[in-house]
Amino acid sequence: MNAPHSFPEADRGELVDSRFTVPGMRCAGCIAKLERELPKVEGIAEARVNFSAKRVALRHDPDLAEEQLIEAIEALGFEVQRLEDNPLGRDDADRRMLLRATAVAGFGMMNVMLLSVSVWSGAGGVTKQLFHWLSAIIAIPVIAYSGRPFFASAWMALRHGRTNMDVPISIGVLLATALSFYETATGGVHAYFDSAVMLLFFLLCGRALDAMMRGRTRAGIDSLLGRMGKSATVLAEDGSTSRVSAEDIRPGMVMLVAAGEALAADGEVIDGSSAIDNSMLTGESRLEPVGLGAEVHAGTINVMAPIRVRATAVANDTRIAEIARLMDEAGQSRSRYVRIADRASRTYAPAVHTLALLAFIGWMLAGVGWHQSLLIAIAVLIITCPCALGLAVPAAQVVASNTLIKQGLLVKDGTALERLAEVDCVRFDKTGTLTLGEPRPDLSTLDDEAKPIALGLAQNSRHPLSKGLAKALLAQGVIPASLTDVTERPGEGIFAMSGTTPVALARASETSEHPMSEIRIGDRRQLIHFADPLREDIAETLHELEALGLETELLSGDRKDAVEAVGKKFGLASSAGLSPADKLDLLNGLKSQGCHPLMVGDGLNDGPALAAAHAAIAPGTASDASQQAADAVFIGERLIPVAKAVQVAKATMRVVRQNFVLAIGYNVLAVPLALAGLVTPLIAAIAMSISSVIVVGNSLRLAGAAK
Amino acid sequence: MNGLILLIPLALGMGAIGLAMFFWAMRDGQFEDLDGAAQRILIDDDEEDGQC
Repeated sequence: MNAPHSFPEADRGELVDSRFTVPGMRCAGCIAKLERELPKVEGIAEARVNFSAKRVALRHDPDLAEEQLIEAIEALGFEVQRLEDNPLGRDDADRRMLLRATAVAGFGMMNVMLLSVSVWSGAGGVTKQLFHWLSAIIAIPVIAYSGRPFFASAWMALRHGRTNMDVPISIGVLLATALSFYETATGGVHAYFDSAVMLLFFLLCGRALDAMMRGRTRAGIDSLLGRMGKSATVLAEDGSTSRVSAEDIRPGMVMLVAAGEALAADGEVIDGSSAIDNSMLTGESRLEPVGLGAEVHAGTINVMAPIRVRATAVANDTRIAEIARLMDEAGQSRSRYVRIADRASRTYAPAVHTLALLAFIGWMLAGVGWHQSLLIAIAVLIITCPCALGLAVPAAQVVASNTLIKQGLLVKDGTALERLAEVDCVRFDKTGTLTLGEPRPDLSTLDDEAKPIALGLAQNSRHPLSKGLAKALLAQGVIPASLTDVTERPGEGIFAMSGTTPVALARASETSEHPMSEIRIGDRRQLIHFADPLREDIAETLHELEALGLETELLSGDRKDAVEAVGKKFGLASSAGLSPADKLDLLNGLKSQGCHPLMVGDGLNDGPALAAAHAAIAPGTASDASQQAADAVFIGERLIPVAKAVQVAKATMRVVRQNFVLAIGYNVLAVPLALAGLVTPLIAAIAMSISSVIVVGNSLRLAGAAK
Repeated sequence: MNGLILLIPLALGMGAIGLAMFFWAMRDGQFEDLDGAAQRILIDDDEEDGQC
């Protein structure tokens, strides 16, 4: 499928792989474009797209620098980011392991069932013996292989003196297998291999679904990460430049910071003047003009023109690092959260084990002998084994997370849904959360002649204001004018010829609080004002949250008047001028009052609050650290996914509780049969499958929960 | 009984082949990019440049 590209065979061994994230790929055309056009670039041997993860893997000549590869991808019209080391690789290995175990369990279940059905339908004598032995030969290796995830987890829990869902499962499976083997060896009547393998298969289905849901949403979040200043272009004394990662920058190094780039270290401007977007760090939406000698901080974005910055504080001494420390401490409480399945098993497991023990003692007292008593006790364990219980939680959560993906919300994992369902108040950040966090032009000042020219110019620039302008004009269906002699002068603007008229999109000659550009056509000049608009559906979202019984408030680091204006517009209580530590204190205050706050924020300054909140949601444009701290990430311009998240999470927990009732209900019906010694493998198999199917079916109702 | 000597290994063998194929497909990376596979079918091999 790749375009053929001849590459000297001798060089093959020296090729290296690089991976990039291209969040903008949306269709087959994008895949074809990337895979066909990139290998035409000198030095690139092969391009392979992973559409699900929005990634491109390139095999290329080691001489080719990362910057050149990025340029090559950008030349095709895609936004691209370097892919940092993937911290999620371990998750991937877990998922593969679970899928393999599920496949093996499925194979074992089908074959053992085949044999069991013959036994149930009346095979007797030697045939029955043979089938029991065959079942044992298939089931024992399958259980040894597929049961490992449960055995390992149960062993871990027991060693730490705890119990979880996997303890009763492991005990049930192991005892059932051991008893069945004994029965087979001594020519007994019943063997429960089918129940043991079927139990493992159903449970593994639940686990694999859970892992796949995490994999899918993480891939989405992964593709959004990596926008922040994790590296910088450093100017050496001999004038050469090199890319240095943030942790290797030393004080005194001179960084070249391009327009639109994030700073990787704190420093002092030594050349050039520009404006800095501090919103990630402080929540302040106003751009801060910086000139010679001005102090700038890591994590802020240089908006206007390239500057040179001498690093003064690096790595752990930057203001970002301080926020990271706050986040670490604030995040501790969340790791102590106990999942609902484990809470259920804490009461369920002892009850089941006591019941089995009582059955054994009871039948011993009744005088049926230890063999018969043990048989009945194990039948009780098998019939109460939480097969449907194991599916009750993951099945509901997988359906819910798929529903939310369609709404534009990626939930990281199951505990996030459980915690989202418990929130009782919401705290919003302003800049980047209630607002879009990117400059949008006011197009009303442009006439029909200026629009195509503005678009033609803007498309040739990587400046954030130009990008915003191009996006807005394209959305209006404007066709770009064809321009010649296009040149971009850093700090001034972009200049070109339209026919014989000189045109330019330049820095505005006036200055103001909000960013502005100026379009020049011949002698005519028009100002374009940029603003960071509010999301369209804030009122609707607040209304839905209110309907769910949640109280809302605005917490912002921005100026008082800007915050109060927004607060008044939507009838929100607001606090302004808050530092990251202030927000953290407010959140901790709420928690100490017994509230379960949901924090919605994007900036680094929200990081500690996001980590401390009972649940947290960040927009897709948020800083990496905030997305890592959040439980869910919403994509796009609408805020409504925040309300949908809470709504679906609450519906999910309702379904989970119903599932528990259904699953336990089945057990309650079956346990008397088991206690009476009437449970045959056939009854166990039927009870197990029906309760599992009902639980899965009930969970599927969540598909419409976001309506 | 004689039939079973043939049929049981046959049934097991077929299951084992399916399992082996699943393992191979997973190792081969066929489950890595499920959305991509759905999109790739739309790529026109004759056309030089895809349009978004």
